[in-house]
Amino acid sequence: MTTLVVDVWRGREDGRFQRFEVPRQSNQTILDVVTYIQRRLDPALAYRFACRVGMCGSCAMTVNGVARWTCRTHVAKVVRDDRLEIAPLRHLPVIKDLVTDMAPFFDKWARARGEFVPTRTRTDDFARVPPASRERAAADAAIECIGCGVCYASCDVVAWNPDYLGPAALNRAWTLVNDARDGARDDRLRAVAGDAGCHACHTHISCTERCPQHLAPTASIAGLKRASAAAALKGKL
Amino acid sequence: MTPRAAVRVWIAQRASAAVLAVCVIIHLITIAYATRSGLTAAELLARTHGNVGWLVFYAVFVLAAAVHVPIGLRTIASEWLGWRGRSAAIAAHLLALALAALGLRAVWGVFA
Amino acid sequence: MSGDLRARNHSAWWAFLLHRLSGLALALFLPLHFWALGQALQGEAALDRLLAWTAQPLVKTAEWGLVVLLAAHFALGLRVLALEFLPWRNWHRTLLAAAAGVTIAVGLALALAL
Repeated sequence: MTTLVVDVWRGREDGRFQRFEVPRQSNQTILDVVTYIQRRLDPALAYRFACRVGMCGSCAMTVNGVARWTCRTHVAKVVRDDRLEIAPLRHLPVIKDLVTDMAPFFDKWARARGEFVPTRTRTDDFARVPPASRERAAADAAIECIGCGVCYASCDVVAWNPDYLGPAALNRAWTLVNDARDGARDDRLRAVAGDAGCHACHTHISCTERCPQHLAPTASIAGLKRASAAAALKGKL
Repeated sequence: MTPRAAVRVWIAQRASAAVLAVCVIIHLITIAYATRSGLTAAELLARTHGNVGWLVFYAVFVLAAAVHVPIGLRTIASEWLGWRGRSAAIAAHLLALALAALGLRAVWGVFA
Repeated sequence: MSGDLRARNHSAWWAFLLHRLSGLALALFLPLHFWALGQALQGEAALDRLLAWTAQPLVKTAEWGLVVLLAAHFALGLRVLALEFLPWRNWHRTLLAAAAGVTIAVGLALALAL
Protein backbone atom coordinates (compact mmCIF):
# COMPACT_ATOMS: atom_id res chain seq x y z
CA MET A 1 0.00 0.00 0.00
CA THR A 2 1.40 3.38 -0.93
CA THR A 3 1.72 6.29 1.39
CA LEU A 4 0.90 9.87 0.49
CA VAL A 5 3.24 12.60 1.68
CA VAL A 6 0.99 15.53 2.47
CA ASP A 7 2.16 19.06 3.30
CA VAL A 8 -0.60 20.89 5.15
CA TRP A 9 -0.60 24.58 6.04
CA ARG A 10 -0.66 25.24 9.77
CA GLY A 11 -1.12 28.52 11.58
CA ARG A 12 -2.12 31.84 10.12
CA GLU A 13 -0.62 33.87 7.24
CA ASP A 14 2.79 33.55 8.88
CA GLY A 15 2.45 29.81 9.43
CA ARG A 16 4.26 26.94 7.73
CA PHE A 17 3.65 23.62 6.05
CA GLN A 18 3.57 20.52 8.25
CA ARG A 19 4.21 17.11 6.72
CA PHE A 20 1.96 14.09 7.32
CA GLU A 21 1.91 10.57 5.93
CA VAL A 22 -1.47 9.28 4.87
CA PRO A 23 -2.27 5.80 3.52
CA ARG A 24 -3.37 5.98 -0.06
CA GLN A 25 -6.70 4.44 -0.98
CA SER A 26 -8.41 3.99 -4.31
CA ASN A 27 -11.31 6.43 -4.76
CA GLN A 28 -9.89 8.85 -2.23
CA THR A 29 -10.66 12.56 -2.28
CA ILE A 30 -8.55 15.38 -0.86
CA LEU A 31 -11.26 15.88 1.78
CA ASP A 32 -10.79 12.23 2.78
CA VAL A 33 -7.08 12.95 3.22
CA VAL A 34 -7.68 16.04 5.38
CA THR A 35 -10.29 14.18 7.44
CA TYR A 36 -7.87 11.29 8.02
CA ILE A 37 -5.20 13.68 9.25
CA GLN A 38 -7.56 15.43 11.65
CA ARG A 39 -9.10 12.23 13.03
CA ARG A 40 -6.05 9.99 13.23
CA LEU A 41 -2.94 12.15 13.29
CA ASP A 42 -3.60 15.67 14.60
CA PRO A 43 -6.98 16.61 16.08
CA ALA A 44 -5.88 20.26 16.25
CA LEU A 45 -6.05 20.63 12.45
CA ALA A 46 -8.78 23.14 11.54
CA TYR A 47 -10.70 22.80 8.27
CA ARG A 48 -14.18 23.41 6.88
CA PHE A 49 -16.60 21.10 5.14
CA ALA A 50 -20.32 20.44 5.18
CA CYS A 51 -22.13 18.43 2.55
CA ARG A 52 -19.02 16.56 1.26
CA VAL A 53 -20.91 15.80 -1.97
CA GLY A 54 -20.12 18.86 -4.10
CA MET A 55 -23.14 21.03 -3.37
CA CYS A 56 -22.19 23.58 -0.72
CA GLY A 57 -18.70 24.78 -1.64
CA SER A 58 -17.53 24.88 2.02
CA CYS A 59 -14.53 22.61 1.47
CA ALA A 60 -12.71 24.85 -1.02
CA MET A 61 -8.94 24.87 -0.47
CA THR A 62 -5.73 25.33 -2.44
CA VAL A 63 -4.56 21.90 -3.59
CA ASN A 64 -1.11 21.72 -5.23
CA GLY A 65 -1.38 25.45 -5.87
CA VAL A 66 -4.85 25.40 -7.46
CA ALA A 67 -8.15 26.35 -5.76
CA ARG A 68 -10.56 23.41 -5.75
CA TRP A 69 -13.45 21.78 -3.89
CA THR A 70 -11.63 19.10 -1.91
CA CYS A 71 -14.64 16.78 -1.72
CA ARG A 72 -14.80 16.68 -5.51
CA THR A 73 -11.08 16.37 -6.14
CA HIS A 74 -9.84 12.83 -6.35
CA VAL A 75 -6.32 12.29 -5.11
CA ALA A 76 -5.58 10.37 -8.30
CA LYS A 77 -6.33 13.48 -10.34
CA VAL A 78 -3.91 15.85 -8.65
CA VAL A 79 -1.28 13.77 -6.89
CA ARG A 80 2.31 13.93 -8.19
CA ASP A 81 4.89 11.40 -7.05
CA ASP A 82 2.59 10.53 -4.14
CA ARG A 83 2.85 14.10 -2.81
CA LEU A 84 0.16 16.64 -2.03
CA GLU A 85 0.23 20.23 -0.84
CA ILE A 86 -2.91 21.52 0.87
CA ALA A 87 -3.28 25.16 1.84
CA PRO A 88 -6.16 27.54 2.60
CA LEU A 89 -7.83 29.57 -0.17
CA ARG A 90 -5.72 32.50 -1.33
CA HIS A 91 -6.49 36.20 -0.98
CA LEU A 92 -8.47 35.80 2.25
CA PRO A 93 -7.32 36.21 5.86
CA VAL A 94 -6.39 32.89 7.45
CA ILE A 95 -8.16 32.16 10.73
CA LYS A 96 -6.35 28.91 11.35
CA ASP A 97 -4.74 26.24 9.18
CA LEU A 98 -7.10 25.58 6.28
CA VAL A 99 -9.88 27.90 7.45
CA THR A 100 -10.17 31.36 5.91
CA ASP A 101 -12.24 34.36 6.94
CA MET A 102 -14.88 34.71 4.24
CA ALA A 103 -16.06 38.10 5.54
CA PRO A 104 -14.06 40.22 3.02
CA PHE A 105 -15.46 38.07 0.20
CA PHE A 106 -19.04 38.75 1.26
CA ASP A 107 -18.34 42.37 2.16
CA LYS A 108 -17.38 42.90 -1.47
CA TRP A 109 -20.53 41.07 -2.53
CA ALA A 110 -22.49 43.69 -0.57
CA ARG A 111 -20.37 46.54 -1.98
CA ALA A 112 -21.25 45.35 -5.48
CA ARG A 113 -24.93 45.66 -4.48
CA GLY A 114 -25.33 41.95 -4.93
CA GLU A 115 -28.76 41.95 -3.33
CA PHE A 116 -32.17 41.97 -5.01
CA VAL A 117 -34.18 45.19 -4.63
CA PRO A 118 -37.89 44.47 -5.07
CA THR A 119 -40.33 46.73 -6.91
CA ARG A 120 -43.61 44.95 -6.20
CA THR A 121 -45.59 44.17 -3.11
CA ARG A 122 -47.55 41.06 -2.22
CA THR A 123 -50.71 42.76 -3.46
CA ASP A 124 -49.30 43.17 -6.98
CA ASP A 125 -49.60 40.49 -9.59
CA PHE A 126 -46.61 38.23 -10.33
CA ALA A 127 -43.94 39.59 -12.60
CA ARG A 128 -43.99 37.91 -15.98
CA VAL A 129 -40.46 37.09 -17.09
CA PRO A 130 -40.07 35.07 -20.30
CA PRO A 131 -37.38 32.50 -19.51
CA ALA A 132 -36.02 32.64 -23.03
CA SER A 133 -35.63 36.40 -23.06
CA ARG A 134 -32.05 37.56 -23.59
CA GLU A 135 -31.81 39.12 -20.15
CA ARG A 136 -33.25 36.15 -18.29
CA ALA A 137 -31.03 33.73 -20.21
CA ALA A 138 -28.02 35.84 -19.26
CA ALA A 139 -29.07 35.86 -15.60
CA ASP A 140 -29.78 32.13 -15.59
CA ALA A 141 -26.35 31.36 -17.06
CA ALA A 142 -24.74 32.99 -14.03
CA ILE A 143 -27.24 32.33 -11.27
CA GLU A 144 -25.91 29.04 -9.86
CA CYS A 145 -23.07 30.63 -7.88
CA ILE A 146 -22.97 29.34 -4.30
CA GLY A 147 -20.30 31.71 -3.05
CA CYS A 148 -17.52 29.15 -2.55
CA GLY A 149 -14.71 31.62 -3.16
CA VAL A 150 -12.71 29.52 -5.63
CA CYS A 151 -12.89 32.19 -8.35
CA TYR A 152 -11.89 34.90 -5.88
CA ALA A 153 -8.93 32.83 -4.74
CA SER A 154 -7.91 32.22 -8.35
CA CYS A 155 -8.02 35.82 -9.56
CA ASP A 156 -4.72 37.67 -9.88
CA VAL A 157 -6.43 41.06 -10.00
CA VAL A 158 -7.81 40.31 -6.53
CA ALA A 159 -4.21 39.77 -5.47
CA TRP A 160 -2.87 42.89 -7.21
CA ASN A 161 -5.73 45.30 -6.48
CA PRO A 162 -6.94 45.06 -2.85
CA ASP A 163 -10.16 46.94 -3.58
CA TYR A 164 -11.17 44.79 -6.55
CA LEU A 165 -14.67 43.45 -5.95
CA GLY A 166 -13.81 40.12 -7.51
CA PRO A 167 -15.47 37.75 -9.96
CA ALA A 168 -18.17 36.32 -7.68
CA ALA A 169 -19.54 39.66 -6.50
CA LEU A 170 -19.52 41.03 -10.04
CA ASN A 171 -21.10 37.87 -11.42
CA ARG A 172 -23.93 38.17 -8.90
CA ALA A 173 -24.40 41.86 -9.76
CA TRP A 174 -24.72 40.86 -13.42
CA THR A 175 -27.56 38.46 -12.66
CA LEU A 176 -29.39 41.28 -10.90
CA VAL A 177 -28.67 43.81 -13.66
CA ASN A 178 -30.45 41.37 -15.94
CA ASP A 179 -33.35 40.80 -13.54
CA ALA A 180 -36.41 42.55 -14.95
CA ARG A 181 -38.01 42.68 -11.49
CA ASP A 182 -35.10 44.46 -9.80
CA GLY A 183 -35.40 48.14 -8.98
CA ALA A 184 -31.79 49.25 -8.42
CA ARG A 185 -30.15 48.79 -11.82
CA ASP A 186 -28.52 52.24 -12.10
CA ASP A 187 -27.30 52.16 -8.49
CA ARG A 188 -25.85 48.74 -9.05
CA LEU A 189 -24.06 49.72 -12.26
CA ARG A 190 -22.61 52.67 -10.38
CA ALA A 191 -21.43 50.29 -7.66
CA VAL A 192 -19.71 47.88 -10.04
CA ALA A 193 -18.16 50.39 -12.43
CA GLY A 194 -14.77 51.70 -11.55
CA ASP A 195 -11.15 50.72 -11.17
CA ALA A 196 -12.15 48.45 -8.28
CA GLY A 197 -15.04 47.05 -10.26
CA CYS A 198 -15.65 45.45 -13.59
CA HIS A 199 -13.17 47.71 -15.40
CA ALA A 200 -10.31 46.19 -13.43
CA CYS A 201 -10.86 42.79 -15.04
CA HIS A 202 -8.17 41.95 -17.60
CA THR A 203 -9.75 38.81 -18.94
CA HIS A 204 -7.27 36.40 -17.40
CA ILE A 205 -10.25 34.02 -17.39
CA SER A 206 -8.86 32.18 -14.35
CA CYS A 207 -12.21 32.48 -12.61
CA THR A 208 -14.04 30.77 -15.45
CA GLU A 209 -11.28 28.17 -15.71
CA ARG A 210 -11.60 27.22 -12.01
CA CYS A 211 -15.30 27.63 -11.23
CA PRO A 212 -16.57 24.27 -9.95
CA GLN A 213 -20.07 25.18 -11.13
CA HIS A 214 -18.74 25.86 -14.65
CA LEU A 215 -19.94 29.43 -14.58
CA ALA A 216 -18.24 32.16 -16.58
CA PRO A 217 -17.72 35.25 -14.41
CA THR A 218 -15.59 36.64 -17.25
CA ALA A 219 -18.71 36.75 -19.40
CA SER A 220 -20.70 38.45 -16.65
CA ILE A 221 -17.98 41.04 -16.11
CA ALA A 222 -17.78 41.74 -19.85
CA GLY A 223 -21.54 42.27 -19.75
CA LEU A 224 -21.14 44.73 -16.87
CA LYS A 225 -18.50 46.64 -18.85
CA ARG A 226 -20.90 47.02 -21.75
CA ALA A 227 -23.90 47.82 -19.53
CA SER A 228 -22.04 50.45 -17.51
CA ALA A 229 -20.70 52.04 -20.70
CA ALA A 230 -24.22 52.21 -22.13
CA ALA A 231 -25.54 53.70 -18.89
CA ALA A 232 -22.72 56.26 -18.77
CA LEU A 233 -23.36 57.32 -22.36
CA LYS A 234 -27.01 57.86 -21.46
CA GLY A 235 -26.00 59.96 -18.47
CA LYS A 236 -27.34 57.45 -15.98
CA LEU A 237 -24.09 56.92 -14.08
CA MET B 1 -11.68 57.12 -9.87
CA THR B 2 -15.42 57.68 -10.15
CA PRO B 3 -17.55 55.15 -12.06
CA ARG B 4 -18.06 57.64 -14.87
CA ALA B 5 -14.34 58.34 -15.13
CA ALA B 6 -13.56 54.62 -15.16
CA VAL B 7 -16.05 54.07 -17.97
CA ARG B 8 -14.51 56.94 -19.94
CA VAL B 9 -11.01 55.52 -19.52
CA TRP B 10 -12.23 52.06 -20.57
CA ILE B 11 -13.96 53.47 -23.67
CA ALA B 12 -10.91 55.59 -24.51
CA GLN B 13 -8.65 52.55 -24.31
CA ARG B 14 -10.86 50.41 -26.56
CA ALA B 15 -11.58 53.22 -29.04
CA SER B 16 -7.91 54.16 -29.33
CA ALA B 17 -7.11 50.45 -29.74
CA ALA B 18 -9.51 50.22 -32.67
CA VAL B 19 -7.98 53.32 -34.29
CA LEU B 20 -4.46 51.99 -33.70
CA ALA B 21 -5.38 48.63 -35.19
CA VAL B 22 -6.22 50.31 -38.50
CA CYS B 23 -3.28 52.72 -38.37
CA VAL B 24 -0.78 49.95 -37.56
CA ILE B 25 -1.80 47.90 -40.56
CA ILE B 26 -1.50 50.87 -42.90
CA HIS B 27 1.80 51.91 -41.31
CA LEU B 28 3.40 48.48 -41.56
CA ILE B 29 2.39 48.09 -45.19
CA THR B 30 3.73 51.56 -45.95
CA ILE B 31 7.06 50.95 -44.25
CA ALA B 32 7.41 47.52 -45.80
CA TYR B 33 6.81 49.04 -49.24
CA ALA B 34 9.27 51.87 -48.57
CA THR B 35 11.96 49.48 -47.37
CA ARG B 36 11.52 47.09 -50.29
CA SER B 37 11.67 49.93 -52.79
CA GLY B 38 14.87 51.09 -51.12
CA LEU B 39 13.66 54.64 -50.73
CA THR B 40 16.28 57.12 -49.70
CA ALA B 41 15.59 59.97 -47.32
CA ALA B 42 15.22 62.39 -50.20
CA GLU B 43 12.67 60.22 -51.99
CA LEU B 44 10.78 59.54 -48.76
CA LEU B 45 10.56 63.19 -47.76
CA ALA B 46 9.61 64.18 -51.29
CA ARG B 47 6.52 62.01 -50.95
CA THR B 48 5.54 63.26 -47.52
CA HIS B 49 6.41 66.96 -47.80
CA GLY B 50 3.22 68.97 -48.15
CA ASN B 51 1.10 65.80 -48.27
CA VAL B 52 -1.93 66.57 -46.12
CA GLY B 53 -3.10 62.99 -46.36
CA TRP B 54 -0.02 61.64 -44.58
CA LEU B 55 -0.10 64.54 -42.12
CA VAL B 56 -3.64 63.75 -41.02
CA PHE B 57 -3.00 60.02 -40.96
CA TYR B 58 0.11 60.22 -38.80
CA ALA B 59 -1.36 62.90 -36.54
CA VAL B 60 -4.32 60.63 -35.81
CA PHE B 61 -1.91 57.72 -35.28
CA VAL B 62 0.20 59.70 -32.80
CA LEU B 63 -2.80 60.99 -30.85
CA ALA B 64 -4.35 57.52 -30.59
CA ALA B 65 -1.03 56.19 -29.26
CA ALA B 66 -0.78 59.12 -26.82
CA VAL B 67 -4.15 58.05 -25.37
CA HIS B 68 -3.58 54.30 -25.44
CA VAL B 69 -0.06 53.96 -23.99
CA PRO B 70 -0.47 55.95 -20.73
CA ILE B 71 -3.69 54.14 -19.84
CA GLY B 72 -1.98 50.79 -20.26
CA LEU B 73 1.10 51.87 -18.30
CA ARG B 74 -1.05 53.32 -15.54
CA THR B 75 -2.74 49.95 -15.03
CA ILE B 76 0.61 48.15 -14.89
CA ALA B 77 1.94 50.72 -12.41
CA SER B 78 -1.14 50.31 -10.23
CA GLU B 79 -1.09 46.51 -10.20
CA TRP B 80 2.63 45.67 -10.25
CA LEU B 81 4.21 48.68 -8.56
CA GLY B 82 1.35 49.67 -6.27
CA TRP B 83 1.52 53.19 -7.69
CA ARG B 84 -2.02 54.58 -7.48
CA GLY B 85 -3.86 57.79 -6.77
CA ARG B 86 -3.25 61.34 -7.80
CA SER B 87 0.48 61.20 -8.56
CA ALA B 88 -0.02 58.22 -10.85
CA ALA B 89 -2.86 59.99 -12.65
CA ILE B 90 -0.73 63.11 -13.13
CA ALA B 91 2.18 61.03 -14.42
CA ALA B 92 -0.11 59.34 -16.93
CA HIS B 93 -1.39 62.67 -18.20
CA LEU B 94 2.15 64.05 -18.49
CA LEU B 95 3.21 60.98 -20.43
CA ALA B 96 0.28 61.47 -22.79
CA LEU B 97 1.34 65.08 -23.41
CA ALA B 98 4.97 64.08 -23.90
CA LEU B 99 4.10 61.36 -26.41
CA ALA B 100 1.78 63.70 -28.29
CA ALA B 101 4.43 66.43 -28.38
CA LEU B 102 7.28 64.14 -29.48
CA GLY B 103 5.13 62.36 -32.01
CA LEU B 104 3.57 65.43 -33.57
CA ARG B 105 7.05 66.98 -33.78
CA ALA B 106 8.16 63.99 -35.81
CA VAL B 107 5.05 64.16 -37.99
CA TRP B 108 5.67 67.82 -38.65
CA GLY B 109 9.29 67.14 -39.48
CA VAL B 110 8.16 64.76 -42.18
CA PHE B 111 5.47 67.02 -43.56
CA ALA B 112 6.97 70.47 -43.46
CA MET C 1 4.07 39.19 -8.50
CA SER C 2 4.71 35.94 -6.63
CA GLY C 3 6.12 33.17 -8.73
CA ASP C 4 3.59 30.40 -8.12
CA LEU C 5 2.61 29.44 -11.64
CA ARG C 6 0.55 26.37 -10.79
CA ALA C 7 -2.75 28.24 -10.72
CA ARG C 8 -1.76 30.46 -13.62
CA ASN C 9 -0.74 27.75 -16.04
CA HIS C 10 -3.65 28.03 -18.47
CA SER C 11 -3.73 29.53 -21.94
CA ALA C 12 -5.74 32.66 -21.22
CA TRP C 13 -3.32 33.70 -18.50
CA TRP C 14 -0.33 33.37 -20.82
CA ALA C 15 -2.25 35.40 -23.40
CA PHE C 16 -2.72 38.15 -20.80
CA LEU C 17 0.95 38.09 -19.83
CA LEU C 18 2.13 38.28 -23.42
CA HIS C 19 -0.31 41.09 -24.13
CA ARG C 20 0.89 43.08 -21.14
CA LEU C 21 4.63 42.48 -21.65
CA SER C 22 4.47 43.25 -25.38
CA GLY C 23 2.58 46.44 -24.58
CA LEU C 24 5.20 47.38 -22.01
CA ALA C 25 8.04 46.78 -24.48
CA LEU C 26 6.30 48.85 -27.15
CA ALA C 27 5.61 51.62 -24.65
CA LEU C 28 9.33 51.78 -23.86
CA PHE C 29 10.26 51.76 -27.58
CA LEU C 30 7.76 54.34 -28.81
CA PRO C 31 9.33 57.52 -27.36
CA LEU C 32 12.63 56.43 -28.92
CA HIS C 33 10.90 55.94 -32.24
CA PHE C 34 9.29 59.41 -32.10
CA TRP C 35 12.54 61.05 -31.06
CA ALA C 36 14.55 59.38 -33.81
CA LEU C 37 12.05 60.41 -36.46
CA GLY C 38 11.97 63.91 -35.03
CA GLN C 39 15.59 64.11 -36.10
CA ALA C 40 14.26 64.27 -39.63
CA LEU C 41 13.49 67.88 -38.79
CA GLN C 42 17.20 68.45 -39.20
CA GLY C 43 16.79 67.66 -42.88
CA GLU C 44 17.56 64.93 -45.37
CA ALA C 45 21.12 64.27 -44.30
CA ALA C 46 20.06 63.47 -40.75
CA LEU C 47 17.33 61.16 -42.02
CA ASP C 48 19.75 59.43 -44.38
CA ARG C 49 22.14 58.83 -41.47
CA LEU C 50 19.27 57.33 -39.49
CA LEU C 51 18.24 55.08 -42.38
CA ALA C 52 21.84 53.94 -42.79
CA TRP C 53 22.06 53.13 -39.09
CA THR C 54 18.87 51.05 -39.28
CA ALA C 55 20.36 48.97 -42.08
CA GLN C 56 22.77 47.30 -39.64
CA PRO C 57 21.91 43.61 -39.04
CA LEU C 58 21.53 43.98 -35.28
CA VAL C 59 19.15 46.90 -35.68
CA LYS C 60 17.21 45.08 -38.37
CA THR C 61 16.79 42.09 -36.05
CA ALA C 62 15.64 44.33 -33.21
CA GLU C 63 13.17 45.99 -35.55
CA TRP C 64 11.89 42.58 -36.58
CA GLY C 65 11.41 41.72 -32.90
CA LEU C 66 9.52 44.95 -32.31
CA VAL C 67 7.18 44.36 -35.24
CA VAL C 68 6.53 40.82 -33.97
CA LEU C 69 5.72 42.26 -30.53
CA LEU C 70 3.45 44.79 -32.22
CA ALA C 71 1.67 42.04 -34.16
CA ALA C 72 1.25 40.01 -30.96
CA HIS C 73 -0.09 42.96 -28.97
CA PHE C 74 -2.42 43.89 -31.84
CA ALA C 75 -3.78 40.37 -32.33
CA LEU C 76 -4.18 39.72 -28.60
CA GLY C 77 -5.89 43.11 -28.31
CA LEU C 78 -8.40 42.13 -30.99
CA ARG C 79 -8.99 38.97 -28.96
CA VAL C 80 -9.84 41.05 -25.87
CA LEU C 81 -12.16 43.25 -27.92
CA ALA C 82 -13.93 40.12 -29.21
CA LEU C 83 -14.31 38.73 -25.69
CA GLU C 84 -15.60 42.01 -24.28
CA PHE C 85 -17.92 43.18 -27.04
CA LEU C 86 -19.22 40.14 -28.89
CA PRO C 87 -21.81 37.77 -27.35
CA TRP C 88 -19.99 35.43 -25.01
CA ARG C 89 -18.86 32.12 -26.43
CA ASN C 90 -16.37 29.62 -25.12
CA TRP C 91 -13.88 30.59 -27.79
CA HIS C 92 -11.03 32.27 -25.96
CA ARG C 93 -8.64 29.44 -26.84
CA THR C 94 -9.62 29.61 -30.50
CA LEU C 95 -9.07 33.36 -30.46
CA LEU C 96 -5.65 32.81 -28.93
CA ALA C 97 -4.75 30.32 -31.62
CA ALA C 98 -5.81 32.84 -34.26
CA ALA C 99 -3.73 35.56 -32.57
CA ALA C 100 -0.73 33.24 -32.50
CA GLY C 101 -1.26 32.49 -36.18
CA VAL C 102 -1.34 36.16 -37.12
CA THR C 103 1.77 36.89 -35.07
CA ILE C 104 3.72 34.02 -36.60
CA ALA C 105 2.57 34.96 -40.09
CA VAL C 106 3.73 38.54 -39.66
CA GLY C 107 7.01 37.38 -38.18
CA LEU C 108 7.68 35.00 -41.04
CA ALA C 109 6.64 37.47 -43.73
CA LEU C 110 8.92 40.12 -42.30
CA ALA C 111 11.82 37.72 -41.83
CA LEU C 112 11.58 36.61 -45.42
CA ALA C 113 11.36 40.19 -46.64
CA LEU C 114 14.41 41.34 -44.72
